[in-house]
Amino acid sequence: MRPFRRKPKAKSIAPPEERTAVPSFSEPIEIPDHDPLMAYLLSAAGPIELDKVDLDSPVLRSLKEAHVVLVVPLISQGELVGTINLGRRLSDQPYSTDDRKLLAGLASQVAPAIRLAQLVAEQQAEAEERERIAHELQVAALIQQTLLPKTLPDIPGWEIDAYYRPAQAVGGDFYDFVLLEDGRYVLLIGDVTGHGVPAALVMAGCRSILRSAAQQHSDPGEILATTNEALIVDIPPNMFVTCLCALLDPQTSTFRFANAGHNLPYATSVDGVTELRATGMPLGLMPDMQYDVVEAAIQPGTALVLSSDGLTEAHNPEREMYGFGRLRALLGHSYSDTGLLKSILSDLDEFSRGVEQEDDVTLVVVRHTSSARNSAAVFSGVTELGSFELPSAPGNEREAMDRVLEMVGSVGMPSDRLQQLGSAVAEAAMNAIEHGNKNRPETPVSVSVMVDDGAVHVSIGDKGMTDVPLETKEPDLEAKLAGLDTPRGWGLFLIERLVDEVITSQNDDGHVIELVMRLEATT
Amino acid sequence: MTATAFSWNIERHDGGVVLELCGDVNSAAASGFEAAYERIAGEEGSITIDFSGTDFINSTGIALIVSLLAKARAMHRPVIARGLTDHYREIFRITRLSDFLTIEEHAEA
Repeated sequence: MRPFRRKPKAKSIAPPEERTAVPSFSEPIEIPDHDPLMAYLLSAAGPIELDKVDLDSPVLRSLKEAHVVLVVPLISQGELVGTINLGRRLSDQPYSTDDRKLLAGLASQVAPAIRLAQLVAEQQAEAEERERIAHELQVAALIQQTLLPKTLPDIPGWEIDAYYRPAQAVGGDFYDFVLLEDGRYVLLIGDVTGHGVPAALVMAGCRSILRSAAQQHSDPGEILATTNEALIVDIPPNMFVTCLCALLDPQTSTFRFANAGHNLPYATSVDGVTELRATGMPLGLMPDMQYDVVEAAIQPGTALVLSSDGLTEAHNPEREMYGFGRLRALLGHSYSDTGLLKSILSDLDEFSRGVEQEDDVTLVVVRHTSSARNSAAVFSGVTELGSFELPSAPGNEREAMDRVLEMVGSVGMPSDRLQQLGSAVAEAAMNAIEHGNKNRPETPVSVSVMVDDGAVHVSIGDKGMTDVPLETKEPDLEAKLAGLDTPRGWGLFLIERLVDEVITSQNDDGHVIELVMRLEATT
Repeated sequence: MTATAFSWNIERHDGGVVLELCGDVNSAAASGFEAAYERIAGEEGSITIDFSGTDFINSTGIALIVSLLAKARAMHRPVIARGLTDHYREIFRITRLSDFLTIEEHAEA
């Protein structure tokens, strides 16, 4: 029963001399559902004279003590929404039949209005409650944001990108980076079962335990095992946490990791996509868990992709799952994409367009751009990848090729174009060794490599001061096969076919040939 | 990748020989390459050059292959290239060697 307030009408209509005798009801009277008066009022056909009512009702007694003699129930849609309580008439005469009719008519009009007012008040209260909850969730989301890293690690030779999108205002996914004193990083990505506030609360606790464990242990398996023991004491039943814990050593380019039931990370590079496999029970399920540690060497040009299942288990409008196959295929052809994380998210959004996000999505991409000793220095839009000199000895063209490819390996050039550039470098270096420097080891060939926004530039210089006869016409293979022409003479022809542009020049120091190879083929 | 010295091996089968190359096919391989051909010059049937063991062929190496191909054609012996990577299949296409010898399809990795 909804409580209702009534102020005794007797107070306003009682004769002045009696006012002091009339108790003043400043507090609302509530008629409990179980009070016999409730059923009596609901069944009444009109105003009720209390002196004719004999019920074992505390409310009835209270009304009589307040000198109420007539009660008019206000009923709307079968529900008692209030009463009009009247004391004695000023004339001290009983209420007449006309009086009761008038009051009954008044009640029939007042009751719906009071009901309406009550509904409006209830809706206002509910709206205020919803607004309060929404505000609290906003605050919770802000607090949760503070639990995620405010900045990403800035590691020379490495690029790190991360993304977190909860399915609701708050979520149960998390990622974190913990810098250790020796310069290594503990990388964490996790997922609490479910989502929303319960998952967020467990996430906050789990993250704190993991960070604490990461400060005590540098072994990813021990970090997970320690966290599991602490978490299992307090985690609610039927909840658990999947987590991948990795130790990234930028100096040795190693990635040691242990896995507590989380999605496996992928390593993608020019050599293809590899699943880095390590298994273990999720955190918070069973005590005394051990977690195996797996180590992977991360070559320059390799990107590690760590994700939560909100990505791979997203659905499209046809209820098909995004899946590991689609992710793997995307990584296979986007491995060199410096905006790999955005590419994945764009593909996910395209796939699940029109479908409400079902689970939290978290992504971390760690890309090894170059070895520390070859860390690129950026000069106003152009990056110098390195330079070196080689003795002019036959066979050294292979070393020139290998060293250039090592430098260029981090810039994101597709494998086929990288190999074409390598062969062109070998040919140009061989020309410089044989023709420019006449195979004199003491006269070095110089090589420098730069990259701008869209292309790699390899300059190869020798000390030759005479015009170098360069093949410019297409070799006549039929003539060569018929013995009418030398089988040689392929060098410059191959260079011109293998790279996008060839620029030759001669200065006071000798010849320079510049090979230009765009990062992507033009169609 | 590092430079590797050139070596070769010959296997004979019904209908021809297989010349297995190992290491860099460049100027340093010239004498070995020619010596290998001399071993099979008097024979008949197809010549299959297996490149599975090499990951570097430069323009001098192309010239060695052109030279071998010229000699084989003069003897009406078909030449087959086996074990070429995608990159060197492209080089054979650019140089039009693929018009004069047969390139075996390789199994996908």
